[in-house]
Amino acid sequence: MAKKVKTEVVETKKRRQKAEKGSFKRAMVKLLLYCRKYWWWMALAIALGAVGVVFQIIGPNKISDITNLIVQGLRTTGSVDTKAVTDIAIFLVIIYVAGAILTYFQQFILTTVTQKVTRKFRHDISHKINRMPLNYFDTHMFGDILSRVTNDVDQVGQSMNQSIGNLFHSTILFLGVFIMMFVTEWILALTVIGATIIGFSFSLIFLTHSQKYFVQNQKNLAELNAHAEEVYSGHNVVQLFNAKEQTEKEFHRINKRLYTSGWKSQFISGVMGPIMGFVGNFGFVAVVIVGAILAIYRGEDLGTITAFMIYVRLFANPLSQIAQSLTSLQSTSAASDRVFEFLEAKELADESGKTLVLENVKGDVSFQHVVFGYDKNKTIIKDFSAEIKAGQKVAIVGPTGAGKTTLVNLLMRFYEINSGDIKIDGVSIKDIKRENVHKLFGMVLQDTWLFEGTIKENLRYNTENITDEQIVEACKKVGVDHFIQTLSHGYDTIIDDAVNLSAGQKQLLTIARTMLENCPMMILDEATSSVDTRTEVLLQQAMDKVMEGRTSFIIAHRLSTIKNADIIFVLKDGDIVESGNHEQLLAANGFYADLYNSQFEEE
Amino acid sequence: MLKLLKYLKWIDYLVIAAIVGFVVLQVWLDLTLPEYSEAMINEIVGENIVMSSVLKNGGFMLACAFGSLASAIVVGFLVANLASRLSYNLRVKVYSKIQDFSLAEINKFSTASLINRTTNDIMNVQFFIALGLQALIKAPIMAVWAITKIVDSSWQWTVSTAVVIVSLVLMVTIVVLIALPKFKKVQKLTDDINRVTRENLTGIRVIRASNAEEYQNAKFGKYNQILTKTNLFAGRVMAIMSPFMNLLMSGLSLAIYWIGAYIVTPLTVGSMSKFMSFSMQIIMAFMLLIMIFIMMPRALVSARRINEVLDTKDSIIPGCYKDENFDGKTSVVFENVSFKYPEADEYVLHNISFEAKQGQTIAFIGSTGSGKSTLINLIPRLYDATEGNVYLDGVNVKDYDFETLNKKIGYVPQRGVLFKGTVRSNVNFGDNNADEEGLKSAISVAQASNFVSRMGKGLDSPIAQGGTNVSGGQKQRLSIARAIARKPEIFIFDDSFSALDFKTDRKLRTALKKHTDNATKFIVAQRIGTIKDADKIIVLDNGNMVGMGTHDELIHNCPVYQEIALSQLSQEEL
Repeated sequence: MAKKVKTEVVETKKRRQKAEKGSFKRAMVKLLLYCRKYWWWMALAIALGAVGVVFQIIGPNKISDITNLIVQGLRTTGSVDTKAVTDIAIFLVIIYVAGAILTYFQQFILTTVTQKVTRKFRHDISHKINRMPLNYFDTHMFGDILSRVTNDVDQVGQSMNQSIGNLFHSTILFLGVFIMMFVTEWILALTVIGATIIGFSFSLIFLTHSQKYFVQNQKNLAELNAHAEEVYSGHNVVQLFNAKEQTEKEFHRINKRLYTSGWKSQFISGVMGPIMGFVGNFGFVAVVIVGAILAIYRGEDLGTITAFMIYVRLFANPLSQIAQSLTSLQSTSAASDRVFEFLEAKELADESGKTLVLENVKGDVSFQHVVFGYDKNKTIIKDFSAEIKAGQKVAIVGPTGAGKTTLVNLLMRFYEINSGDIKIDGVSIKDIKRENVHKLFGMVLQDTWLFEGTIKENLRYNTENITDEQIVEACKKVGVDHFIQTLSHGYDTIIDDAVNLSAGQKQLLTIARTMLENCPMMILDEATSSVDTRTEVLLQQAMDKVMEGRTSFIIAHRLSTIKNADIIFVLKDGDIVESGNHEQLLAANGFYADLYNSQFEEE
Repeated sequence: MLKLLKYLKWIDYLVIAAIVGFVVLQVWLDLTLPEYSEAMINEIVGENIVMSSVLKNGGFMLACAFGSLASAIVVGFLVANLASRLSYNLRVKVYSKIQDFSLAEINKFSTASLINRTTNDIMNVQFFIALGLQALIKAPIMAVWAITKIVDSSWQWTVSTAVVIVSLVLMVTIVVLIALPKFKKVQKLTDDINRVTRENLTGIRVIRASNAEEYQNAKFGKYNQILTKTNLFAGRVMAIMSPFMNLLMSGLSLAIYWIGAYIVTPLTVGSMSKFMSFSMQIIMAFMLLIMIFIMMPRALVSARRINEVLDTKDSIIPGCYKDENFDGKTSVVFENVSFKYPEADEYVLHNISFEAKQGQTIAFIGSTGSGKSTLINLIPRLYDATEGNVYLDGVNVKDYDFETLNKKIGYVPQRGVLFKGTVRSNVNFGDNNADEEGLKSAISVAQASNFVSRMGKGLDSPIAQGGTNVSGGQKQRLSIARAIARKPEIFIFDDSFSALDFKTDRKLRTALKKHTDNATKFIVAQRIGTIKDADKIIVLDNGNMVGMGTHDELIHNCPVYQEIALSQLSQEEL
């Protein structure tokens, strides 16, 4: 456990360092490559967006024409050429509507692409889980992997949808307005740019600060979460030791910090809008004043000035949008980095080349000088050799950390051994496919694993050609049929939180499932440790039925469970220190006898 | 939501008054500003442009803009502060309320839900107050004021503005009505995706062993497909919003100019721009209101969840007895105690009576669900007996002041519980008050000296949040050390030894016996070995006491005990 946490910490640290080293670009390139299939669609979306922007920019130009017509009319005849105005207006209506439709299609395509990409992400992660070596899951917490499937993928999807669309739209708009302004009037164009830059540098100060407070706020919130979890789940202890004051001190510290970062981040994000409004007004005044000067000295027409009044607003907006999109892309890159890190993790070796198939095995198993360590530098199994004959019941005992579970993990080829060999009926398990090895063994583990589905579905699982009668028969054999019958829907009862199954009942179901798989050999890994001793007797009887005539491996820390094994291996620090049956080992008066007697001894 | 407002103090109402004042100022400035822009435009439309007038009006306009910005900043500051302070106070209230909860209340809500209520829900409320309060104050003032400004303008313009507002509200309502149920569904589907993935991870060894990878992939694929479909639909509907809003805005300005061309007078060019500013303000006001209505449901749900916690009545109320007449002789008496969980129909314990004297060890054994843990939880009042009474030192536990009662008890939970801090802060927890010597001996009795000294800084070695940097067995041993350091009258071990291996279990019990001979001990256990030498063993079966006595007595006259013993030991060993 401690080790796990440590590697976690080290890894997150590494990850953060990596992220700091400008991984932004790399993650973005990866993301783009990942979307390869949709490049044409994305290009189309950008094109549509560009046309929409062009329409949006033409607008002010045409409005300025209308203003000119009105002003000219006033100055000359006193009446306005309404026909000309209507012509322009109708043209504008068409352009505006067309622009809206184009923008919608752009959004539509982007949404679709994003959703398909996130689906692919989820699909790939889920498949990836089943292709990875087990030790990955020993060093990573489930919560971490789960949050990649949901939170990170969602994050990528959301910000991709919003920021990529925004980014393109704003950039094109920005460039378009920029060009249009200079085409229309360069002095006014410079005025707008100058005014915007002044206003912007002001808000940029705020923006950079805000980021800091947002991060702090998230951090403080996470800390409060962790503190609350600790105290609420240890509630009994806090209460009974009169320790409320002690824990409250920590709470107040975090709460105060959260208060500070909370109002600061809220404040800054709240004033961004008003600041942008001010920038717009500032630009407006500048345009009118410079426009007035131009009108006096160069006779600049009012239409141009009107157009610029709109340009000012159009120009400032995309800039803040781009800034916003870039910050949100930052989190996209962080999230996609985490997803890619998972997708790129090392997978199990490909085995499609192996053609040897092992079927109808007798059940002779031999371990030959097996050496193994999860970490190459730290061997857990040092030099394990054993010969097991078909049909034997083998028990593996020893203190925690002796390598009992590791041994069956190796047998199942969940891990690859460092050196030595494991043979079944004389065939090395390295020479056949992993699936083939798995087919040879039925497994019952300490953690009963059932999924949300009917009892029947859980029992049948993925074993083919199993009739309902066979299921009932298996349940009768393990003695759980009667209980299932008492449930409201019998074998079709859905197992979820609402159905209260005891640990023992769950284990009986997994034993029935294993029985239905009908494998030539069995592995029972601490199958009875999480139930009380009376239930254990029931399970023991059920398992004895499954093990009949099959080579079986049993791991147990309650020694009573393994007394009738044909052979007992006593493991200590990865080596067999003793072997023999129960009576022989007791007579030897060694480590096993010591272990066994410590159950009853007093003093 | 309104109920939460009662946690505001009088100073907060002053702040709200100030906010209203500054909002009025801001709206006034925002609405005065167009007057100057109109004047500026009219100036340059005229034949002779008077530069000084342009500059003067420009200056006024800038002053308005700056004033508006300044008051917006002040409002933003006040609102952010108010919202954060409210959420700060709420957190204190919720946290200390939960600290006073009894187990029954904690279980009613579940720990995960309580954590969420302390953090996320209060954050949601803070968020809503910060944005919503401002909008709620500003929107009506802005809308009404701006409308009074434009009523005397041409009616055609007013009508176009109204049309735009109505279409805007309609569009948002329709889009939200269509998309919202889908978003809710997305939430549920995300939970499903999470569940299937978790299933895949927790069952990975079973899945590999049964070659069921494809089975899992297919199951995941099914949910993934539905999730994508739902998301696609909602996303495509929501995508209508922004182009349509842009269209409305552009359409409105076009309409104003277009109409302006027909009703033109020398002053219209300026008033067109002024009118546009006003109509934009009105539209903004409505957008703010729409925003509130979109945000509201979520905040309301959160507010309700917070209120649920705050309104919960404590089911266990302390007495006021402070142990004035204690004669130094410990005794615990259970008198016809029956117990059922609140709102449950069936009793978990039936009519249990027994007595424990100073220095005795009382053990409880029985299969899972027989009520052992519940029974001993009645002594420190983690639950209260439904019927019957529990007496400690001759006084009903219900009459004790909590602090006094807790002082008498050293409690060790089923799973070791540690808190962020150091070994020292964990062992000398709460009001334990042990000195250096006492700490060391407590740790040594709990068989924890070895690993504590290996931790580097000994007693001052850090313990991570939730004790994740030590193993399960080590956590358990430190929990035991914590109880020993308390020097209590009675110890309660709620199945605390099962996480230890046989050898440590035995060593620990031997040391404990030597060290705390005077204390009364209550032990819930699974292993016969753990309790064999207890003064009194109480055998429970389905909440009934089916046997009481020493090991030797029970092994001969209690069938349930025999059964348990037989399953652990072979005939000869008994």
